Amino acid sequence: MAKLESSLKNMILCLFLISMVMSAALGLVYNVTKGPIELASKKGEIDALKVVLPEFDNDPTKEAKEIDGLTYYIGTKSGQTVGYAVKTFTDKGFSGRFDLMVGLLPDGTINNIAVLSQKETPGLGDKMKTNWKDQFKGKNPKDFKLLVKKDGGDVDAITASTISSRAFCDATQKAYDGYMKNYPQQETEGGQK
Amino acid sequence: MSNFKYLTNGLLKENPSFVLVLGTCPALAVTTSGINGVGMGAATLFVLVCSNVLISLLKNLIPDKVRIVAFIVVIASFVTIVDLVMKAFVPGLYSALGIFIPLIVVNCIILGRAEAFAQKNTVVRSLLDGLGMGIGFTIALAIMGSIREILGSGSFFGIKLLSENATTILLFILPPGAFLTYGYLIAISNRIKAKLN
Repeated sequence: MAKLESSLKNMILCLFLISMVMSAALGLVYNVTKGPIELASKKGEIDALKVVLPEFDNDPTKEAKEIDGLTYYIGTKSGQTVGYAVKTFTDKGFSGRFDLMVGLLPDGTINNIAVLSQKETPGLGDKMKTNWKDQFKGKNPKDFKLLVKKDGGDVDAITASTISSRAFCDATQKAYDGYMKNYPQQETEGGQK
Repeated sequence: MSNFKYLTNGLLKENPSFVLVLGTCPALAVTTSGINGVGMGAATLFVLVCSNVLISLLKNLIPDKVRIVAFIVVIASFVTIVDLVMKAFVPGLYSALGIFIPLIVVNCIILGRAEAFAQKNTVVRSLLDGLGMGIGFTIALAIMGSIREILGSGSFFGIKLLSENATTILLFILPPGAFLTYGYLIAISNRIKAKLN
């Protein structure tokens, strides 16, 4: 078969048909993968919640609330609130934005922190995924200053990754501030538990 | 069996990474670990084979003046398919490769093979060429990723070779290490090629 001539009609027809066929194929793949993609991201969320919250038996993703860009989850066990998880982020990372899940006890004490997604330098900034973040466990930002020691705070920065450490503190602080602002009644109630 | 040479062409003689030096951007950026290299290579392999076959099938239906546009539409569609599928089934790898999956669209190897090979050759040859080039690229990335991972993190495809606190050559995980590794590998592949001739 001879090659189609480059006339205006041929060119328009050819591009139109190719675009149509490829869009149809993409639509099909989108529909097939939509479910698994949602499932995968939800699974990541639930895994993170299991890490940061004390034991819970509800499905916190069902009652997740989004306020000012942060997402709040409430973990309950037999009806009793055991903790709050805040999905928080920072744009101050060494490679831009990263997302954290911060688990807070009702009185604002940090229970645990999980890293949801990050692009920090492998071997340096991404050490925040390791036991480095254990230093936040059980600390209350009320009297634990969420700043690296260089900036006058209480956090040991990752060696050679001060920017990543600062960003990590920034995201955690954001979660704590948001929690205190949106769930203020918990502060006094939680103290008695 | 005369078609066989199109398959082996991409492995050493015209290896896209080490000889043609195409697709350097992903080769340098994502090869911080062996598994990332293989993942990136496999994604490129899939796009390369599909686009080569489709473009070779359509070669007579695409008018010359709009061929590049048509190729890009075809390639971009396959890349989006890979992107969605990886997001759905290998979310861990997907987040590690990040922006470099969508960027396969502008990978010179793919458009280069479409333009220089698929639009002039039969479907079977284009398929073999795509496979050969893709496998060559995957092997190159896997080698680079493994070397950088072993030297930089002390592990091989995620298996720890050293104890947790051992000091590794961090440089190899960082961009300068990518250039160093790449340079040495090109030198070695040139040496092997010269020997074979």
